[in-house]
Amino acid sequence: MTTLPDSTQKKLGLVIDLDICVGCHACAVNCKEWNTGGYGSALSDQDAYGAEATGTWLNRIHTYEVTPDHGPAQIIHFPKSCLHCEDAPCVTVCPTGASYKRAEDGIVLVNEDACMGCGLCAWACPYGARELDAKAGVMKKCTLCVDRIYNENLPEEDRVPACVRACPAGARHFGDLGDPDSEVNQIVADRGGFGLMVEQGTKPVNRYLPPRPRDAHESSPVDLVELAEPEAKGFLGWLDRALEKVG
Amino acid sequence: MAADGTEPKVETSPKVSDEVRCTTCYMCACRCGINVHLREDADGKMKVRYIEGNRRHPVNKGVLCAKGSAGIMQHYSPARLRKPLKRVGERGAGEFQEIEWDEALQIATGWLEAVRQDDPKKLAFFTGRDQSQSFTSWWAQQYGTPNYAAHGGFCSVNMAAGGIYTLGGAFWEFGSPDWDRTKLFMVFGVAEDHDSNPIKAGIGKLKTAGGRVIGVNPVRTGYNAVADEWVGITPGTDGLFILAMVHELLRSGHVDIEYLSRWTNAGYLVERSPGERFGLFTRDKDDKPLVWDLNTGEAVPFDTPGTKPALKGEFPSVEGGRCVPVFELMARKYLEPEYAPEAVAEKCGISAATIKRLAAEIADIAFNQAFEIPCEWTDFRGEKHLSFKGRPVSFHAMRGISAHSNGFQTCRALHILQLLLGAVETPGSFRFKPPYPKPVEAHPAPHANSVPGSPLNGPHLGFPRSPDDLAIEDDGTAKRIDKAFTWENPLSSHGMMHMVISNAYAGDPYPIDVLFMYMANMSWNSSMNTKGVIEMLTAKRDDGEYVIPKIIYSDAYSSEMVAYSDLILPDTTYLERHDCISLLDRPIGEIDAACDAIRWPVVEPDRDVRGFQSALLDLGARLSLPGFVNDDGSAKYADYADYMVNHQRRPGVGPLAGWRGNGGGEGRGEPNPDQLQRYIENGGFWECHIPDKARFMKPFNMEYQDWAVERGFFDKPFPYVFQLYAEPLRKFQMAAEGYGDKLPPEHLRDRLQMAMDPLPVWWEPFEGMQVDNSEFPYHAITQRPAAMYHAWGSQNAWLRQIHGENPLYVPGPIMEAHGLEDGGWARVSSHHGSIVVPIRRMEAVNCKTMWSWNAIGKREGAWALGDGAPETTRGFLLNHLIHELLPPKGDGLRWSNSDPVTGQAAWYDLRVKIEPAEEHEASEPRVSAQKSPVGQGPEDLAYGEEWK
Amino acid sequence: MHPAPSLIFFTVLSGLGLGLIISLGFGFGPQDQGFALVACFLALAITGGGGSLSVLHLANPKNAWRAFSQWRSSWLSREACLMVATMGLFALYAAIWVFSGYRLWGLGLLAATLALSTVYATAMIYAQIKAVPTWSFTPTPALFLTLSIVGGIITCRLLQGIFGDTGEAWHVLPAIAVAAGVSIWWTTQAAGAGRTATGSSIASATGLGRQGQVRLFEGPHTGRNYLLDEMAYRIGRKRAFELRRIGAYVGFLIPLALAVIALFTSSWLLLAVLVCHIAGVMALRWLFFAEAEHVQALYYGQE
Ligand SMILES: Nc1nc2c(c(=O)[nH]1)N[C@H]1C(S)=C(S)[C@@H](COP(=O)(O)OP(=O)(O)OC[C@H]3O[C@@H](n4cnc5c(=O)[nH]c(N)nc54)[C@H](O)[C@@H]3O)O[C@H]1N2
Ligand SMILES: Nc1nc2c(c(=O)[nH]1)N[C@H]1C(S)=C(S)[C@@H](COP(=O)(O)OP(=O)(O)OC[C@H]3O[C@@H](n4cnc5c(=O)[nH]c(N)nc54)[C@H](O)[C@@H]3O)O[C@H]1N2
Ligand code: SF4
Ligand code: SF4
Ligand code: SF4
Ligand code: SF4
Ligand code: SF4
Ligand SMILES: [Mo]
Repeated sequence: MTTLPDSTQKKLGLVIDLDICVGCHACAVNCKEWNTGGYGSALSDQDAYGAEATGTWLNRIHTYEVTPDHGPAQIIHFPKSCLHCEDAPCVTVCPTGASYKRAEDGIVLVNEDACMGCGLCAWACPYGARELDAKAGVMKKCTLCVDRIYNENLPEEDRVPACVRACPAGARHFGDLGDPDSEVNQIVADRGGFGLMVEQGTKPVNRYLPPRPRDAHESSPVDLVELAEPEAKGFLGWLDRALEKVG
Repeated sequence: MAADGTEPKVETSPKVSDEVRCTTCYMCACRCGINVHLREDADGKMKVRYIEGNRRHPVNKGVLCAKGSAGIMQHYSPARLRKPLKRVGERGAGEFQEIEWDEALQIATGWLEAVRQDDPKKLAFFTGRDQSQSFTSWWAQQYGTPNYAAHGGFCSVNMAAGGIYTLGGAFWEFGSPDWDRTKLFMVFGVAEDHDSNPIKAGIGKLKTAGGRVIGVNPVRTGYNAVADEWVGITPGTDGLFILAMVHELLRSGHVDIEYLSRWTNAGYLVERSPGERFGLFTRDKDDKPLVWDLNTGEAVPFDTPGTKPALKGEFPSVEGGRCVPVFELMARKYLEPEYAPEAVAEKCGISAATIKRLAAEIADIAFNQAFEIPCEWTDFRGEKHLSFKGRPVSFHAMRGISAHSNGFQTCRALHILQLLLGAVETPGSFRFKPPYPKPVEAHPAPHANSVPGSPLNGPHLGFPRSPDDLAIEDDGTAKRIDKAFTWENPLSSHGMMHMVISNAYAGDPYPIDVLFMYMANMSWNSSMNTKGVIEMLTAKRDDGEYVIPKIIYSDAYSSEMVAYSDLILPDTTYLERHDCISLLDRPIGEIDAACDAIRWPVVEPDRDVRGFQSALLDLGARLSLPGFVNDDGSAKYADYADYMVNHQRRPGVGPLAGWRGNGGGEGRGEPNPDQLQRYIENGGFWECHIPDKARFMKPFNMEYQDWAVERGFFDKPFPYVFQLYAEPLRKFQMAAEGYGDKLPPEHLRDRLQMAMDPLPVWWEPFEGMQVDNSEFPYHAITQRPAAMYHAWGSQNAWLRQIHGENPLYVPGPIMEAHGLEDGGWARVSSHHGSIVVPIRRMEAVNCKTMWSWNAIGKREGAWALGDGAPETTRGFLLNHLIHELLPPKGDGLRWSNSDPVTGQAAWYDLRVKIEPAEEHEASEPRVSAQKSPVGQGPEDLAYGEEWK
Repeated sequence: MHPAPSLIFFTVLSGLGLGLIISLGFGFGPQDQGFALVACFLALAITGGGGSLSVLHLANPKNAWRAFSQWRSSWLSREACLMVATMGLFALYAAIWVFSGYRLWGLGLLAATLALSTVYATAMIYAQIKAVPTWSFTPTPALFLTLSIVGGIITCRLLQGIFGDTGEAWHVLPAIAVAAGVSIWWTTQAAGAGRTATGSSIASATGLGRQGQVRLFEGPHTGRNYLLDEMAYRIGRKRAFELRRIGAYVGFLIPLALAVIALFTSSWLLLAVLVCHIAGVMALRWLFFAEAEHVQALYYGQE
């Protein structure tokens, strides 16, 4: 039934580095490419070549403009997929039992054979991480590539989510956020990773690494002239001395 | 969980595919390795299940971008052409009749044979996104027309030429930052670039390791969005900004004297006595440039062991005049107050303090964080070194610099900056990918002498050393239809594809009979002045014949250009054909390895289409071009695969370097019949690592030189030093001063004087110089979207959901100044035309610059898109505002809108004004719809259903 | 939120039917078997008819039966179960009443209670969704329950009037007044319960608040998508105001006036009262969806 497991053995999830995400959409497209032929029904597209093209995606890249109090405005790229919440409201609202959270690894999944397409779970998700597929009539969401991460037909090294494997910038990490010693948790600790809309009480598992401070110059050295030897005899004078030093 | 309270059983090890085939991606010129997963569908046909990056591949090391990930949708696009087409309606209407290949090739042969026997010039053969230029150019050379080039002229020849003339290699594909060692990366004018995945990976790696990225760009998106510091420069002013940093480094003595005196021509003695040698190097009798050796106190050849060249002072020249070292000339020039940060700050839109701080930061990291890699190596002077000195600062630049009319010199200025820091080919800096670097001397000069019925006298494109290498008749008129290698743009090393249609239309320098194009959407996003170009393509003579009589075109999809062609040779998709990414061409080398790669048919075409290269071989044979036929007249190569294996450019050197001869041959060796098999077994690529001793300082490092010769990159060692001072340019400048027998026309002399300066200079971009800046106060530019490839991404059902339309992004201050409304519409006008487009507000952008994504706008009916597709209603091309000619000057003459040195199209010089417009149902100008020879795409898609 | 007609009709009609069940279950209305037949039939018909409309909202109805399985955790499942239980039990109660004339008050009370809980469950489907403060921060259960009960009372009094018993016809007046009151109360609450009521904002949604002022620059795709269609519905202020006025007049004021007249004229006028009231409630129910703001739209730049 769609009650949540009291606890899960693992808390598998993604860690996304907003400092190096260049917003290239590779993760979103590769996600669609893998999943449309993978878990459950295909991710369909409507009016695919027409005026109102739309389709089902499990991962979408938003772009925000952030204007700090001081310094120029910044652009931050922001990938978003299911955060595999510990207190997933999308699970408990489901009347059919199709929506559930795996006790073994915490992945939140939809059992499409049981889904009646009422859309209530999508309403319950504060993050907009569930999309009802118009053709199949069932709810689609990030599966954390459950059909890759344990897949014995794939080489060991490839048993990671498609989006993680594809990301050209290396901005996506996958691992067990429940294990304090896991690599992902290390990164989260070092970089002050955060969860989204915690006030919604969903206890999201995925973490986002904040962009490092932009346009901060404190770090940069003092005036160049101070770095240089005194300009006493002018540049060509300096040149003489420099030449002395050379071999 | 299931109704009974248990978790449903999930199949966690589903079958992925029946077979994985490794080939090379072609969604862009990065050419990443891909694993194509194939799986049988219901009726036993192999379909593409999934495409992933090849982890072992040197270029992408496993990652894959959005375009590559959408390869499935590209391969199965409804816009794919299905059969050769013969135009039956008017040009542009898109009315065609499907014909058999044999008929198509016969028609083409008929047209081409006549031209070849009469006057080969009358064929203009130009290729766009061509990745087989060494082959297509060879075809054109054997055919005998001087009119061949690829798209480089409107793309980034400024980077290529600026790089080759200065460093013997360019940013543009031929080098890369040493990502593992660099600590500061400064990127000028790059949105995506060809090296798209490696740059993303590099930036990610560098930043994760705590390194710093500085983005110099009017717009803060993509790479510039993740940059630790953003320098929102005003378009066209990078040259000034860079030279101001050069000024700072010189003023404070932060230059690598040792590096400069050993590895650049800083010590070369330049003639200063007035006369026809002024500004040339003084040379010994075997023509070697001389330096003044401070040890012996005499002038010696630059490559004499143990010399300590003087970098300043006046010395006697061989010719009895006086000469001064390059370095002193350079230092004096850039120490002038006109290059002081304070002097340039306002023009660049960057404060003097910032310019100084950046120069300081760069110097700090270059010199105070220098490191050494212990390793014995020998330079070309025979001197031994115990280590490689590291300079952990790297630079990269692309079209933000090159697509301006001052791009060549700006590119050179940036290379000068790198050289002052000793940051080229040193560990941690910018390093070359074999077979680069190669000095100008190792490249051919241009050839343009055509004789009916016989091959051209040599390769079309090259790097002129002096006015003698220009492609002009004795009366000064151009030999080439695109007027490349003329006084208007002497160093147009990639040709000038963007001038072909307008020149052919004007019959200037001469009319042509056949225009043959490959893979370039020249009637649309590839051309400036799109509407004008469409008129030229459809214009008729009085006798009712088209002004450009015959157009043959090879495309794989139903593009805008297809509609304007008379004969279409339908190509396969990138998964259906043989292809080679060759060292003779634009290779995929890495800084520590030489590499090349292939494509091969990983799926069979389900349409009556042929790989263009195979079709071109067939044409070559039908025309019995030398090299394409055996003595008995039969075709020499069955198809392109056959050519890839068996063609030899030089004895033992062919298109593919791997597994030659008995299979052990690297770069050299007899053709090997199972070469392709070996490539396929190895994942579609060949990688040959550079020995440790040879990895750095390649131009001077004899270990590298010998290694390169063994692998056939060149036939004898070609050591050289970097050219701060470019003597070839000086030779053109002298002609402008009236020296020599080949002299430029009067009206171009001042311009050549300015442009061909042997030391980098900056000038106001021409359009800005010529239009009234109070009328057109703003700049308008485009950017590559990461998830689109020019025109061809729009037929992709997935990618077009991401970029189905392109608003013009306008800086907040401009929005306010003109009462523009976020999400509203505006009319944007240039000296040439005006467009009406949707606009959006943006703050993270240079306050004088508006921009949009490139090539999203489409013509109705193209690309198998449905009616009212957003690409045709809310998408647009900036190209309508950009003209290939500048407005008339005082003398009534119209200069071309390009760089005066290379002819590079100056896309980003565009100046505009903007005013509010009421809401439109479609952006303007609107081009009438074309009929689709392939119909429209299906309503719905559910790709992958077949496997459920 | 997207105001789906199927949901508007479903909630209003099933509410009405259940309301009638509540009235009848609590023993209102005459003993008269004719009345029993008509009233009970109507109650079951409206409830059942309304209920079945909900199926139209399903994208994959073949699995609808599974909705009875998750009553332990899911309000939607509970609603389904309770509705069936209510109708079953009430049908039994009705049958005995119609055929034997006996009104087993115990059975009636039980059916009425089940009906009340069904309406409550329906309300909770919305009230539980924290991501939509407009529903979760407001007395939504009170609203649904009141409207259901009142609709039931009006219908019951109408029918009994038609069967010649005008005894408690005046009950309609305070009932409608209460309904109006609760609606106003809910609306005032809802007015303050926008997308950001739970303290969520584009800043907390993106976590970028600490960097500075956040605004959407480019959405993930240039076209539409399910999330925007379903959960970022936008309605103009003027349109909403108009509809609310209509809702208030048609739903409460006019019915009140008519009800007063009905006291002195014919019970048939209560039919007009009922029709008006239901029409008004439909308008307000449309607004209940259309004006509801979902926090996920913060990611799409809606504040
Ligand atoms: N995804 C994708 N990748 C591509 C392509 C594609 O279409 N899509 N096209 C390929 C091709 S053909 C090419 S040529 C390369 C081009 O690669 P890029 O050079 O990255 O191409 P552009 O998008 O023209 O980028 C120009 C950048 O320069 C900035 N700019 C404009 N004017 C100036 C200026 O005066 N100074 C500075 N500093 N910056 C300026 C613009 O804002 C923009 O960010 O990309 C290749 N890679
Ligand atoms: N405003 C503005 N205009 C620009 C630029 C800009 O920055 N701003 N950039 C310029 C630059 S740098 C470039 S390189 C050009 C690029 O512009 P184009 O060279 O026109 O590039 P595409 O639009 O991709 O068109 C290439 C053509 O090749 C076809 N094609 C695709 N795959 C295949 C294949 O496998 N075989 C064959 N035979 N054909 C194929 C496509 O259908 C398309 O018609 O645009 C230029 N135009
Ligand atoms: S692939 Fe990586 S860099 Fe690109 S959008 Fe996704 S997370 Fe960002
Ligand atoms: S993100 Fe949304 S869909 Fe995913 S678990 Fe949390 S609530 Fe459920
Ligand atoms: S849409 Fe499917 S998964 Fe979601 S709540 Fe309804 S039945 Fe459950
Ligand atoms: S984990 Fe898998 S399903 Fe989830 S976003 Fe990444 S690729 Fe898509
Ligand atoms: S960068 Fe992307 S499109 Fe270009 S070759 Fe690599 S994977 Fe293909
Ligand atoms: Mo290009």
